[in-house]
Amino acid sequence: MATDTRPSPKEVWDWLSHVPDPEIPVISLTDLGIIRDVAWDDDTLVVTVTPTYSGCPATAVINLDIEKALRAKGISNLRLKRQISPAWTTDWISAEGREKLRAYGIAPPIDGTAADARLLGRVNRMAGANLAVPCPRCGSTHTTRVSQFGSTPCKASYRCDDCLEPFDYFKCI
Amino acid sequence: MPSLPDMNTPDVAELARDAAAHSHHTEIPTPDAGQEAFFETLLRLGDSTLVLGHRVSEWCGHSPALEEDIALANVALDLIGQTQMWLGLAAEVEGMGRTADDLAYLRDAWDFRNLLLVERPNGDFGHTLMRQFLFDAWHLEFLRALQSSKDKRVAEIAEKAAKEVAYHLERSSDLVVRLGDGTDESHRRMQEALDALWPYTGEMFLADEKDTEVAGAGLLPDPSSLRPAWERIVREVLTAATLAIPESKFAHKGGKRGVHTEHLGYILADMQFLQRAYPGATW
Repeated sequence: MATDTRPSPKEVWDWLSHVPDPEIPVISLTDLGIIRDVAWDDDTLVVTVTPTYSGCPATAVINLDIEKALRAKGISNLRLKRQISPAWTTDWISAEGREKLRAYGIAPPIDGTAADARLLGRVNRMAGANLAVPCPRCGSTHTTRVSQFGSTPCKASYRCDDCLEPFDYFKCI
Repeated sequence: MPSLPDMNTPDVAELARDAAAHSHHTEIPTPDAGQEAFFETLLRLGDSTLVLGHRVSEWCGHSPALEEDIALANVALDLIGQTQMWLGLAAEVEGMGRTADDLAYLRDAWDFRNLLLVERPNGDFGHTLMRQFLFDAWHLEFLRALQSSKDKRVAEIAEKAAKEVAYHLERSSDLVVRLGDGTDESHRRMQEALDALWPYTGEMFLADEKDTEVAGAGLLPDPSSLRPAWERIVREVLTAATLAIPESKFAHKGGKRGVHTEHLGYILADMQFLQRAYPGATW
């Protein structure tokens, strides 16, 4: 009987916590907060995944990686469910994930600073001292934004004005 | 002054169907009567993000600076991702078994419903950013209104897309201010871009009977209701950019009913080449 041998959702969550994000392999899919649910529907394992950005090309790779990892653990009946609401937010990146990002050289998101389209007020605010993104290399808050969009849609480009390190900032969304 | 989209063109989609019926091509499907207005208005949105996404992607490898190249490609990527959701939903609403890819790759110009603004050629970098800004300001307001759609699928896509578009608008308005209030040359170029693109903004707020039908059903907002918020944003940013807002109210129109400028055909020839040359190709 399959019921006796099938792994618990908790076990599956643990397996998924070892699947790296394809773009930023130092953090796992569970660190990133994109796995929304793991549940059994009869004898099929249903993993609910939410995309980070609508057009993120990593989405297809992520689904493939999940499938590969779970098949390797002996799961044969698997369904990946895409869920777009509630929309993914960087608030879901785990504390551990944030520390791993920093150690990897990517400044983690600063909660509560997502774009709000207050435009000019915000442009001035962003340029001022209110949003100081600390350099992941030397810790200085003396940094400058180079571009709103970095090497992937989820990141912005920054430069440290003290140690001169160019770095990515995982922007808040 | 008559312009191409304002000419008294008959229903081109009807002409196309007529021509198709007399050729050896397969029949162009028409959606269920009750869903037609919903399908059409979803196409207007999905086709606009698709065509603009393609236009912006044309900058890839050609931008004035590496960071701007990457930023433009990322904006294009967001727009194409949103297109997959909008056209996917349109195909679902249509109920004819088509997919988002079928709609993107296997329709000809007269079946596209995008705004004429987004098919305008890129011009210089400033021109591209001005077009982006005028669109973003409308796009964000539209998505915000869509979040209270009675159709849960529409509200969910809009919630996701709005978070991305808030960043697009911040970036384009920031650059419009920096270039408008920049050097003499950048100011001149931004003013020229604004003057050239302004007559293409009016179409965003024109409502026809299809818009009225879906607005009445609580599915999508009435386009004309978005104008005050758009004007407020545009005025704030263009004033800070030291640019003069054109006074003309003249609006080029036609895109929403399939009457396009000559530019769309060239875009489609490029975008659809692979599926046209190798039908059904996948990888």
